[in-house]
Amino acid sequence: MISIGISPHDLVTPAKAGVQGNHSRLAAPDCRLHGKDGGSDGRRTLRRALVCTVLAFALVFGAPFARAMTIEKVTAASGLSAWLVEDHSLPIVTVRFAFATGAALDPAGKRGVAAMAAALLSEGAGPYDFEAFRARLEDLATDLYFDAGQDEFEGNLRCLKRNLDASARLLRLALTAPRFDPDAVARVRGGIVASLSRAAQSPSDLSGRLWMRAAFEHHPYAHRIDGTAASIGRITAADLRAFVKERLHRPGLVIGAVGDITPNQLRALIDRVFGGLPASPVAAAIAEAKPIEDGALILKRRKVAQSVVTFGQVGPKRADPHWYAALLVNDILGGGDFRGRLMRDIREKRGLAYDVSSDLVPLHHAGLLLGSVATANAHVAEVIRLVRGEWARMRDKGPTAAELAASKSYLTGSFPLTLSSTGQVAETLVDMQIEKLGIDYLGRRAALIDGVTLDEARAEARRLLDPKGLSFAVVGDPPGLAAARAAPAL
Amino acid sequence: MSVLRRGVRIAAAAAAALPLWLVPAAAERFPAEAFTLQNGMQVVVVPNHRSPAVTQMVWYKVGSADDPPGKSGIAHFLEHLMFKGTKSYPPGAFSALIAKQGGRDNAFTAADYTAFYETVAADRLPLAMRLEADRMTGLQLDDKVVLPERKVVLEERHMRVDNKPAGILDEELNARLFLHEPYRNPNIGWEDEIERLGTNDALAFYRRWYMPNNAVLVVGGDVDPTSVKTLAERWFGPTPARALPPRERASEPPHHAAVRVTMKSAHVAVPSWERLYLAPSYRMGATGEAYPLQVLAEILGGGVKSRLYKTLVLDKKLALSVGADYEPGARDLTSFEIYATPKDGVAVADLEAAIDGVLRRLLATGAAPEEVKAAEDRMLAASVYDEDSLTGPAETIGAGLTIGCTLADVEAWPERIAKVTAAEVDAAARAVLKSRNSATGVLLPERTS
Repeated sequence: MISIGISPHDLVTPAKAGVQGNHSRLAAPDCRLHGKDGGSDGRRTLRRALVCTVLAFALVFGAPFARAMTIEKVTAASGLSAWLVEDHSLPIVTVRFAFATGAALDPAGKRGVAAMAAALLSEGAGPYDFEAFRARLEDLATDLYFDAGQDEFEGNLRCLKRNLDASARLLRLALTAPRFDPDAVARVRGGIVASLSRAAQSPSDLSGRLWMRAAFEHHPYAHRIDGTAASIGRITAADLRAFVKERLHRPGLVIGAVGDITPNQLRALIDRVFGGLPASPVAAAIAEAKPIEDGALILKRRKVAQSVVTFGQVGPKRADPHWYAALLVNDILGGGDFRGRLMRDIREKRGLAYDVSSDLVPLHHAGLLLGSVATANAHVAEVIRLVRGEWARMRDKGPTAAELAASKSYLTGSFPLTLSSTGQVAETLVDMQIEKLGIDYLGRRAALIDGVTLDEARAEARRLLDPKGLSFAVVGDPPGLAAARAAPAL
Repeated sequence: MSVLRRGVRIAAAAAAALPLWLVPAAAERFPAEAFTLQNGMQVVVVPNHRSPAVTQMVWYKVGSADDPPGKSGIAHFLEHLMFKGTKSYPPGAFSALIAKQGGRDNAFTAADYTAFYETVAADRLPLAMRLEADRMTGLQLDDKVVLPERKVVLEERHMRVDNKPAGILDEELNARLFLHEPYRNPNIGWEDEIERLGTNDALAFYRRWYMPNNAVLVVGGDVDPTSVKTLAERWFGPTPARALPPRERASEPPHHAAVRVTMKSAHVAVPSWERLYLAPSYRMGATGEAYPLQVLAEILGGGVKSRLYKTLVLDKKLALSVGADYEPGARDLTSFEIYATPKDGVAVADLEAAIDGVLRRLLATGAAPEEVKAAEDRMLAASVYDEDSLTGPAETIGAGLTIGCTLADVEAWPERIAKVTAAEVDAAARAVLKSRNSATGVLLPERTS
C-alpha cells in the first residue's frame, strides 16, 4: 500500500474502538495471497489521498453488463443538487458529500485543523454532548463520519430507512452546531497525537511521508493531513469553529445519495441539512505544485526486519488529455494483483517482495505516479534497480498489443463488480462530480479506455515515464546503500 | 483483525472489519439455499440481485491449525502455491483469465479453513467454476515455482509480523494463551519452519486435504440456485470423493496459572495493553456460552455506553481507546479479548487496575436486563447492513459451514442473540473471566536515548 504521509487516525470513537475490533493497536496479519488490504480505516484514509485513482478504476463500465445504473440529478429548492441512485431492495440509505476544502488549505501554524474538525463534528452537536450524540447514533444504528483529504472534506451518512429523519437531524447539527466541548477536543487531540507517534514508528508510513516531503518541499502537499503533534496541540475550539464557519460552504459542495430514498425525500434532506450553509465561495489559494523528481534516493536508517521503499515521479492530473493512456500504461507496469510487470518480475520471478505496485495519484494541484514495495534489507538495491529497469523498458518499448488488450479488458470489466454496496456507489457519485466527469460518464467510460491505440499507449509511456527522475525514499537498514540526498526533517 | 482470534479468518476480506460471528445472518436476510453434490461437496447459493456480479468462494476444511508438527505455515504456503498452475493452465493463467474478464481473485488462510474466491460478472461464473474445479485436483508444483514463492511468504511474514512490535507480541501472547491447542502457532508459520517448507510438503498437504468431500462452495450474487446447481454438477461433480483423513488436533488442558508477557521495543511509540481469556467457541467447550459471550463483549466494549468505554475513556480518562472482542467461530477453544491504549502519561498498571475494577463490578453485580436488551438491539439493528455487501453473506456462511456449524445455525443468529438473558451473560462472564484462564500482554516503548 502506498502511504503518502496520511495515516489513519486512531481517533478512538467508540464506534471504532468497540467490539468490531477495528483498532489500530494490532495491525491485521492477513494471510491472503496478495496484499492491498489496509483495513477499513486505512483504506478510507488512503482513498482520500488516492481519491482519483480509485475513481479511475471505479468508473469503467463493463461491456458484459446489460444493466446500467440510473443516475438522476435532483435539485432542491435551495438550489443545491445531488446525484441519486434509487435502490429500494434494502431499507438502507447512504449519503456521501464533499466540500471543496481540504487539509491543503489549513493555515501553516494550524495544520491538521480540517482532520481534527472531521473527527469532532460527530462527537457532540446541538443539545447533545459527546456521549449523548454518539449514543443517539448507536441507538439508531446510524454511521456518521467525516474525513479530511488534501483537497476535499468529506462526510458520510448511512442509516436505516426508518431512521432517516432522525439521522438527517444529527447530520445537520454536526454541520451547523458542532460543540467542540473541551473534553471532546482534548480526547480527540490525544488520539491524533498518539496516532502521529505511532505513524512515526511505522516504516511504511515514514517512507511515504519522506517521499512526499522531499517532492513537495514548501507546498502544503508536503505535510500530513493530520498535522504534527505541535500543530495539533495549538488548535483550539475557536480554530475548529472558524474552520466550520469559514470553510464548510455551499459552493463546490457535491452530494451523492444511494438506496431507499425517493427524489422528493432527497430534496427535503438536502435543504434541511445543507440549505442553511453559507453561499459565499471559500477563498482557495493553493498554488499548483510541481513535485521535485531528481532521481534522488533518500534513506532513513531504521533497524527493522524489512525495508519499505516508496518510489514515484510526476504523473498526469485527472483532466490530462492523455489520462486514459496513462491509466493503461500504469496498469500494465504497476497494476495490482498479478497484472503489472513489476509484480511479475519482482515477486513472481524472483520472490523479492510480497507486493509491489504503482498508482496514478491525481491531486488537484499536482499529479503523481507513485508506488511502493517492501523487501528484505539485503535486496533493496536490487529491487530499486529492477524497478528502474522496468520503468526504462516500458518507456523505451511500451506495452505489447496483448498487454494493452488485457489491461483494457480488466479496466473496463472490473467497474460494475465494485458497485455492490450503497457506500461504493455513493462514493462513485461523489468522485464523478468532484472530477466533473458528467452524469453520463459511466456509459462513455469503456469507449474512452478502448479507444486508446497501441501507438498512443506507447507514446504515452515515452512521454510519462522518467526512469532517471524516478525518486526513492527508503526506510530500513539496507547494507551498502548510500543516500543521494539527506532525508528531510519531518 | 488479529492473528490471535483463532477461527476467524486472519485475512480480513476487503475492508470487512466486522468479526464474522458478531454480525452473521438470518434466513430472511440471507435467502440461502444449500445442497450437496454426489461427491460430497457442499454448495450454498445466496442470491443477491442488486448488482450484476457474483462471488464464488471455495472453502476447504483445513487451515493452519492442521499444519503437521514442525511444518507450521504449510496451509498458508499451499494457499499461495494454488496459483502456480495445473496441467491445463500454466502458472499465472488463473488470475490472468479472471482479470481479463474484469474479475478479481484472491484467497485467505485461517486456523480452521482456507478459502479461494473470485468476483466476476454473473455470466462469467462458469469460467470461475472451471478454474476452481481444475485446481482442486490438478495442481502441479516444482521447485522452480515453489522456492521463489517461499521467499515471498517470508517477506509477507516480515511485513505482517516482524516489522511490527504489536505483531510480534500478538504471536507470543497467543502461543502462551494456548498451551497445547494448535491455535498457538501463527497462521503464517514460524519463520524457521517456513524456511524449511518444500515442494513435497506442499503436495502432501494438498493431496491429503483438497478434495470435493472436504470443500464447501458458496456462490453469492446475481444467480439463481437452480442454474448454480447445474453448473456445480457440471464442473465440480465429476471430481470423485476420496478418503478423508480425520482432523486430529491436540486439545487444550485446563489452565492453572495466569500468564503475562511484556515486550519493550524501540519501535513502539504508544504503549498498549491486551488480555485474552481462554473461551468456548461454537464448537468446543461450553458452546452454550457462545451467544451470551457475544452480548458480553458488546456490554463491555461496544460503543459509547459500554462499561469499559464509559469508565476508562469518559469517566476516569485513563484510556485513549478500549474494547472487547469475542469471535466464537472456531472448531476449538478460542479467546475472549479485552484491549486498551492508555492516555499519554497514564501508567499501564493504573489502566489495568481500572479495567479489572470494571470486570469485578460486572462479576459482582451482574449485567442489568435493560443493558443486555440495549446491547442486543444494537447488534441486531447493525446486522441489517450485512446485506449491503456482495461478499459478506458468502463469507459468513462459508466460515460457518467450514467449522462445522449448519446453515440453520448461521440463520438463527439473530434469534439466538435476541434470546440471551442477563443471567446467561452473568454465568458466561463468571465462567470465562477467570484470572487463571488469562494471558495479559503489555507493549511498552523502550527509550534508547
